[in-house]
Amino acid sequence: MDKGMEEAGNIMSAMVQESKAAYDIIRERFGEAVSEFDANATMPFFEVLDTAKWVDIALFMRDDARLKFNCMACLSGVDYLEEGKLGIVCNFESIGQFTHRIAVKVKCQRDGGSIPSVSCVWHTANWHEREAYDMYGMVFDGHPDLRRILCPEDWTGFPLRKDYQVQETYHGIKVPY
Amino acid sequence: MGLLDARISNRNVLVTSVDNVMNWARLSSLWPMGFGLACCAIEMMATNASNYDLERFGIFPRSSPRQSDLMIVAGTVTMKMAERVITLYEQMPEPRYVLSMGSCSNCGGPYWNHGYHVLKGVDRVIPVDVYVPGCPPRPEALIGGLLKVQELIRMEGIGLSRQDALKKLVEKSVDTQQVLDQARKAATA
Amino acid sequence: MQELGKAELNSTRIIHQDDNRVVIEKDLDTEYMVLSMGPQHPSTHGVLRLECITDGEVVVEAEPYLGYLHRCFEKYCEKIDYPAIVPYTDRMDYLAGINTELAYCITVEKLLDIEIPRRVEFIRVITAELNRIASHLVAIGTYGIDLGAFTPFLFCFRDREIILNLLEWISGARMLYNYVWIGGLSYDVPADFRKRVAEFVTYFKPKVVELRELLTENEIFVKRTKGIGIMPAEVAINYGWSGPMLRGSGVKWDLRRNDPYSIYPELDFDIPVPDGKFSDVGDSLSRHLVRALEIDESLKIIEQCLDKMPEVAGFDPRAVIPKRIRPKAGEVYGRAENPRGEVGFYIVSDGKSTKPLRCKARSSCFVNLSAMKDLSKGQLIPDLVAIIGSIDIVLGEVDR
Repeated sequence: MDKGMEEAGNIMSAMVQESKAAYDIIRERFGEAVSEFDANATMPFFEVLDTAKWVDIALFMRDDARLKFNCMACLSGVDYLEEGKLGIVCNFESIGQFTHRIAVKVKCQRDGGSIPSVSCVWHTANWHEREAYDMYGMVFDGHPDLRRILCPEDWTGFPLRKDYQVQETYHGIKVPY
Repeated sequence: MGLLDARISNRNVLVTSVDNVMNWARLSSLWPMGFGLACCAIEMMATNASNYDLERFGIFPRSSPRQSDLMIVAGTVTMKMAERVITLYEQMPEPRYVLSMGSCSNCGGPYWNHGYHVLKGVDRVIPVDVYVPGCPPRPEALIGGLLKVQELIRMEGIGLSRQDALKKLVEKSVDTQQVLDQARKAATA
Repeated sequence: MQELGKAELNSTRIIHQDDNRVVIEKDLDTEYMVLSMGPQHPSTHGVLRLECITDGEVVVEAEPYLGYLHRCFEKYCEKIDYPAIVPYTDRMDYLAGINTELAYCITVEKLLDIEIPRRVEFIRVITAELNRIASHLVAIGTYGIDLGAFTPFLFCFRDREIILNLLEWISGARMLYNYVWIGGLSYDVPADFRKRVAEFVTYFKPKVVELRELLTENEIFVKRTKGIGIMPAEVAINYGWSGPMLRGSGVKWDLRRNDPYSIYPELDFDIPVPDGKFSDVGDSLSRHLVRALEIDESLKIIEQCLDKMPEVAGFDPRAVIPKRIRPKAGEVYGRAENPRGEVGFYIVSDGKSTKPLRCKARSSCFVNLSAMKDLSKGQLIPDLVAIIGSIDIVLGEVDR
């Protein structure tokens, strides 16, 4: 049992080590635009501090021969109420090339904040960013078609924010129970 | 065919009321509009398939609302979809019936509490005749609901409004608590 | 809505030419037409609206409009406890309930310090693979119906009823199970389980051959799906495709092998990837072929699990489930291979609460459908139906 747990611990840190190696390549190129690496066991990530460089970092991650993060698995919007910020968390992996995986966080202000869109780098981001806009209200600069995707076009409010209040009626139909 | 043969044995003449014949014709060929929205739609499809064949009741799903007389609202109706449901209901020719299948279209279902985008029951936008509870209702439950619609059609009459027919159906129906009490008494006796 | 342009003004065009006559059109002035397929439509597999801009029968662009089944799953996740979310994950992809529950449970278990008993793992895999077969049967049956073949639909649903009866016997429900719980299962399997599942496997193997001869090798079906909606591998990866869609484009990527979970590393099964002999790599027929071949692999997995599953006297599948599920603080992105692709959950936990701070469901169909606009350019309207059928969408998962 102890050997199994020890092996499990080593396997987990092997995954974190691969992510750290990928992070080091990005850090070497972009320096202070990215934060320190958070080497937690479940989802190692780093944060992009200079959001203006996000598209360049994305292109580098996708095209550099040592990284080749050709697949964006997921892009989630998150509401950081205590910090007063909204953010996105992106998970990347490299299909068919390497086995490393990594996560990236990008944050922006809650009111009127914006993040550059990476839908030109990975097509997955197109609809995911539309959904993040629909649910949280952060604007993605440079997105080809930023409009609501799940809620109706004339819905008021951004539903997944922590302080969201449901509207009473929609087109004359009562909304709450 | 047994009932008919008994009545029309020698003379090829059947004496009954116009209401009975019209109702019999209508209930024997209810053509629902396949309006499957979510999980209940799959159970509706399973009811149409060979194990719980619906075609033996004369029920044959049609794609267009203009050619159907029953709308089975199977699944969650959302706010975005609510207006389209009204449009589809208005496109159906009369006499038309609505069967609400599953808890989501009955009352909002599991999404009643925090579902901001879910319509809490399709009867907020269109009049419903029969409700079938369940999440999702078993095919047998859906067949039971359809048989209830057929009973409702039997209560209809020319010049009678739908509300009166529904009232007659409720009066004719059996009180379930009585049935349960009787069954319990018989079991413990 | 963007400006609709006029199609090219054709001054003369030869329509028909044979030995006796030539038919020409002069000064044909055509315009684009906007055709809205759905949200109520027999072949869009649910409430999907496709706004097609067509030039005659040729589609210039078909854009999907979603949200007609948006049921606020992610808002619910922030308001209810971790175990209470399991029935809602069922209802996301309602055809593959056990697989989605499994994806959610293994994600939350990454933040808990418990070890799942081996018997639980085996039962999870057996029920997940049974559900995968049921889901592929619906996909194949409804694909046939979309293209006009009614009989395979009835055959598929007949066999699916047997699987549903098995799953109802185990969990109590035909379709939305609430069976796989965080840290275990809700019930143990009944005593005759091994015998009945083995009987099903023996019964079903010849039916797979029958289905292949009926639909997959049918000349009309092949003609309608071969070469339609071709997606090259690099573009598919860039779109984030996964599951049978990605394997249909020739990429050998399966999360049960590439990012293994549960006891899949101990099992021996192939990853079918079409090689271009029967179909063109990346077309609709390849995607259908992957699903049809995966049913065989699932049967193989079930047989191995039935052999290896440990018998434990007096087994309680709820034994290691903590009384209050309070994961430690942190974030995790966990995923599993669903019949439609990669279903992932991104969960943020603050360590103190019994409710997640954020739970995002990464849905396979949402990502697969996003390529519809590019796939549909230049196709005919009937081919559009063939493409949607091959993407195999379930709107509950697309809209969550």
